[in-house]
Amino acid sequence: MTAAELLRSDLRRIIELVPEGARVLDLGCGDGALMAHLRDTRGCEVRGIELDADRIASAIGRGLSVVQADLDAGLGAYDAAAFDVVVLSQTLQVVRRPAYLLREMLRVGERSILTFPNFGHWRVRGYLALRGRMPVSRSIPYSWYDTPNIHHTTLTDFRDFVAANGGSIEREIPLHVAGPDRDAYVQRFMPNLFADTALAVVRNA
Amino acid sequence: MPDIAGVTQSNPWDDVGSAGVVPERTATVRDVHLSSGEVLERVDVVYETLGTLSPARDNVVLVCHALSGDAHVAGRRESDPGVVGWWDAFVGPGKAIDTDHYFVVASNVLGGCSGTTGPSSIDPRTGKPYGLDFPIVTIEDMVEIQARLLDSLGIDRLLAVVGGSMGGMQALAWAKQHPQRVASVLGIATTWRLAAQAIAFNEVGRTAILGDSAFADGAYYGGPQPKHGLAIARMIGHITYLSDESMREKFGRRLRDRDEHAFEFVSEFEVESYLAYQGRRFTERFDANTYLYMTKAMDYFDLIGQDGTLADALRGTPSRWLVLSFSSDWLFPTYQSRELVDALRCIGARVSYAEIPSPYGHDAFLLEPEQQYRYISSFLSSVLAEEREEAPR
Repeated sequence: MTAAELLRSDLRRIIELVPEGARVLDLGCGDGALMAHLRDTRGCEVRGIELDADRIASAIGRGLSVVQADLDAGLGAYDAAAFDVVVLSQTLQVVRRPAYLLREMLRVGERSILTFPNFGHWRVRGYLALRGRMPVSRSIPYSWYDTPNIHHTTLTDFRDFVAANGGSIEREIPLHVAGPDRDAYVQRFMPNLFADTALAVVRNA
Repeated sequence: MPDIAGVTQSNPWDDVGSAGVVPERTATVRDVHLSSGEVLERVDVVYETLGTLSPARDNVVLVCHALSGDAHVAGRRESDPGVVGWWDAFVGPGKAIDTDHYFVVASNVLGGCSGTTGPSSIDPRTGKPYGLDFPIVTIEDMVEIQARLLDSLGIDRLLAVVGGSMGGMQALAWAKQHPQRVASVLGIATTWRLAAQAIAFNEVGRTAILGDSAFADGAYYGGPQPKHGLAIARMIGHITYLSDESMREKFGRRLRDRDEHAFEFVSEFEVESYLAYQGRRFTERFDANTYLYMTKAMDYFDLIGQDGTLADALRGTPSRWLVLSFSSDWLFPTYQSRELVDALRCIGARVSYAEIPSPYGHDAFLLEPEQQYRYISSFLSSVLAEEREEAPR
């Protein structure tokens, strides 16, 4: 198994979308797995932002540059278009001000790549409809009272959200991260129903 | 060239993780041109080295000390085996700055009072101690002396320059003054310039010294020392190095050696006797004039200098950076580290930053080795790996 195959499947898809040598900002970069990969295999110039101390230390050990900062405070340190690509993977739903963050991403990056759990997935819908409880699934594994996910969205809602904040979706890739990616056809057919995770490439409208 | 061999390997005081016995050395640099325009014809620099210099000379870590520090960063002196260096918890085998891997150089700053030429040294022109005739020195001047010391040791390039507080200012100045000589910078609990509050505390300390009846315009050597003023300066310093939380925890409102209030102006609370003790002890080892010069150097330090913005000032520093601040440090507050980090991010520099949660205030940079270990050790090892990858073979 190569290093890329060990990465989360949504991160693998992100790597495919990042051009060689791109300047990349990874928001909520964790221990820097994606950053290290982009640097080592695609020659990217990578920077990261993370809150967790242990993860920052791990990333530093990989030779990466990671700044401890709160995404809710914006990306004020960076000039407009300082990056070719800004990545926000599985983090949109945990920030306090998603609209502000998206506008900041569109400001500092030519393109932004976002992945987020799709609350419109049929399992989620079914969970709430049939059990009458807040959905808990493999891609959304938290109880409502201790979840870090405070801003759930569906793929359809996300499209409106991007448009309302001055962005346009260049590409949309439905993913199935909880288990094998076997439903590729149905995901493409009705992504908001069959993709448990969505990936979108967004740029300024 | 002076001997720069590693530390003595076998010694009776060697304990686990200790750098062992570290000899004090002295180098001499001549014809030093200072920021003020003045020239010092001769400067003796006291320094120590720990660990072993690699054949490629690519593992040198320069550690810069803070206001009251000295060249003795870690391990013990043969002459004083009961006392370890000021950053012993951080420097030694297996520690954050691992002397099994890095060759550590530490020197007493210009203007200091622990061996390096300063106001208490003999002025060759008069045969008496300089006193206030010693020229005002800046952080940049301290860095120049360190650069000259390294020249004399045959060291062209630093893997890292590391410092906390005033030592961090030197580390920052290194990046600006000698960007080609520095692979990485570690600034801990430091700032790119003091804000008014810190200058204010420095000024109160200086006023206490200058107002001491024994001060004699700085020419007190050989006579009564301005110990009272220096002790007050140190007491104020200690308050600013702690935090509300750490003082509450350490002292509370406890009384010392009594159960009831004395209804007299005597030292009663534990915090009072702590400060009195710290002040008194400081006067036994530190020179009041050096205190004036060090605090003035800190007050003057401003990385922007003649440049327009902090980002402009930092442009062209190719170094990798690690900046650490502490949550309860109100003397060198986190926001100042963030300003530095933001300026570095703005120019695309490779900077990592973390704010370490600690109740110990500014002193945390001396007291939290475990929390700093993971950042410092992983940073240094990745910089060394990168340097060796990039070095022509």
